[in-house]
Amino acid sequence: MDLILEGMKKAFYLLITFDPEVMGITLLSLQVSGTATVISLLFGITIGMTVALSRFRGKRIVVSLINTGMGLPPVVVGLFVTIFLWRNGPLGFFGILYTPMAMIIAQTVIAAPIVMGITLAAIQQLPEKLRLQILALGATRLQMIWILIKEAKLPLLAAVMAGFGGVISEVGASIMVGGNIKGYSRVLTTATVMETSRGNFDIAIALGIILLLLAYFVNLVLTQIQQRERPR
Amino acid sequence: MKRWTMNQSVPILEAKNLEVNRGGTVILDVPSLSIQKGEILALIGPNGAGKTTLLQILSYLSKPFQGEILFRGERIDSNVSIFEYRRRLAMVFQEPLLFNTTVFGNVASGLKIRGMKRCEIRDRVMEELNRFGISHLSDRSAKTLSGGEAQRTSLARAFALRPEILFLDEPFGSLDPPTRDSLMEDLEHILHRTQTTAIFATHDRMEALRLSGRIAVMNAGKILQIGSPSEVMNRPVDELVASFVGVETILNGKVIKRNGGSFIASVEGREIEAVGDAHLGNTVVLCIRPENVTLSIQPSKEGSSARNVVSGRIVKITPLGFYQKVQLDCGFDLVAYITNHSLEELSLMEGKEVRASFKATAVTVIRKEEN
Repeated sequence: MDLILEGMKKAFYLLITFDPEVMGITLLSLQVSGTATVISLLFGITIGMTVALSRFRGKRIVVSLINTGMGLPPVVVGLFVTIFLWRNGPLGFFGILYTPMAMIIAQTVIAAPIVMGITLAAIQQLPEKLRLQILALGATRLQMIWILIKEAKLPLLAAVMAGFGGVISEVGASIMVGGNIKGYSRVLTTATVMETSRGNFDIAIALGIILLLLAYFVNLVLTQIQQRERPR
Repeated sequence: MKRWTMNQSVPILEAKNLEVNRGGTVILDVPSLSIQKGEILALIGPNGAGKTTLLQILSYLSKPFQGEILFRGERIDSNVSIFEYRRRLAMVFQEPLLFNTTVFGNVASGLKIRGMKRCEIRDRVMEELNRFGISHLSDRSAKTLSGGEAQRTSLARAFALRPEILFLDEPFGSLDPPTRDSLMEDLEHILHRTQTTAIFATHDRMEALRLSGRIAVMNAGKILQIGSPSEVMNRPVDELVASFVGVETILNGKVIKRNGGSFIASVEGREIEAVGDAHLGNTVVLCIRPENVTLSIQPSKEGSSARNVVSGRIVKITPLGFYQKVQLDCGFDLVAYITNHSLEELSLMEGKEVRASFKATAVTVIRKEEN
C-alpha cells in the first residue's frame, strides 16, 4: 500500500511542478500522435471516401481488408516499419529509424485504417439517393464530396477520436521504431513501460495519469462538438 | 390543359432510341419521347416499370445508356455538358433527402452550390419558403420536420433553382392521404403559375390525372401508350394499359353553371351535372364508373333521380363473362357495364342508338387549375 501512496504523492509533485522531463515527454507524445492522426485523416478520409463512392470488382475484399486493418496489432506494424527503415532495408537510406519521424510513420500506419474504415461506414450509411440528389442540385464532384463529409460529420468525428485514441495509447510500435531514447524519442507510453520495469512507480504513475487526462480531454472536446451538432 | 400543344417548335427535351441494359436484361427501351416547354408529363406504371430509370436517364443522373438526349435541340454531352445541363434542372425524390441543417439551409443549398450571393440567396429562399407555406419553419432543423413539411422543403429547394425542367420521382409516395392532398393542391398551383416543365413518376392515376397534361403508361421498361389523360384512360391501347389506368370513363369539362352543392360542366358540348364545389370557368376532370351507367331505349321516365341523361350510339360490345362492356359514343366516350340479361332484353347491338343515364353523385370530380 505504501508503494502506491508514495507513488501517488510523488506523481502529483511531478505534475504540479511541471517537471521538465515529464513535460517534454508529454509534448513529444502530443506532437507524434497528433501529426500521425492528421496524416491518417488525410489518407483515411480520401481512400475511405473513394472506396465508398466507387463501384468496382472485388470491392468487398477491399472493404474487409480495411476492416481488418482497423485492428492491426501495433507490434506487427512496428516490426514491418522497422524492417523497412533498417539500414539495409528498402527505405534505409532515409536514416530515420529511432527518430520521432519513424514513430509518426508507424502510428500513421496504425491510425489510417481506423479512419478509413469509419469513413467508409459513415459514407455508406448515408442514403444512396443522397448522392443523386446532391448531383441534381448542380454540385461538382468535389462539392458533392464536401457535402457528404458534412453530412457524415458526426461519425467522422468518431474517426478522429478513435484514430488519436489508438495511437496515443499505443506502445509496441513506438518502442520498436523510436527506441525510447531519452529526450529524443521517449513518449508517455514507452516511458511508462520503462519506468515500471525499473520499479520507478512514482514517475510511471505520473505518466499514466497524464495519459489518462490527455485521452479524457481530447474526447471531451470532440464530444462537446458532437453534442452541439446533434439536432435538437 | 393542352398547353403543350401551344408551342410545337423545338421540344425542351427530346430522347431518341434510349436503351438501358443492366446485367444483360433490357430495363429501359424508349425509341422516342419529346417534352414541350411548359408541359407536365406523368409517367405512370407499376413498380419496376422503369419510371425511375427513365427519370434518372433523362436527368443524366444515371449512366450508362444507349441513345441520345437533346436539350432545347442540343445534344447533351456533346453540345451541352452534363454538368451544365444538370444545373438547369431540378429533381425531387420520394424521400425528402434533406441535409442535416435548417430548413433555410436546405432550400439555400442548391443556390450555394452555384455560388450565388448571400443576399440574393436570402431573398430567393424566403420567396420559396412563402410559396410552400413553410416560412415559419425557416430556422428549424430539418431532422425535426414531419413528412409533409420535409417534402415541402425538398420541393422548395428544387423550385429555388428555377429549373427549366423539374423531375419528380413519386413525390407524394410516402405521405399520408390528407398531407398528400394539400401538398398536391399547392404543387399543382405552383407548377401552373410558374409554367414549369415537369416530368413526374407516379403509380397513382388520380395524381397523374390531376397534375399532368399528358400521361405515359409504362411497363417492363417500355412506354405502352402516351397521350392526353382522356385518350389514355378512355381508349387504352391494350388490356395491360386498361388494367393499369382503371375502368372509369374520364371526361374533361369546363364549369358553366353552379347551383348550391352541384355544378354543370360542359363536356364536348354536352352538359354533365356533378356533385361538388367548383368555380365557374374551372377546368374539371370527371370520372364515371361503368357500373353506375344505366342504359335504356325509351326516353327516361319522369321523376328518375339520374340527373344526367345523354343519348349515344353503341360503338362496341365486349363480353366480360357475367356482364358486358358497352362502349358508347355520346359526343364523348362513355363506358357502361350491363348484365347479359339486359343486353338480350334491350336487344342491344353495335350501331344502335341508346340513352345512357347516371346520377350526379356517380361522377367523381377532380378539380384542375385554371389556365
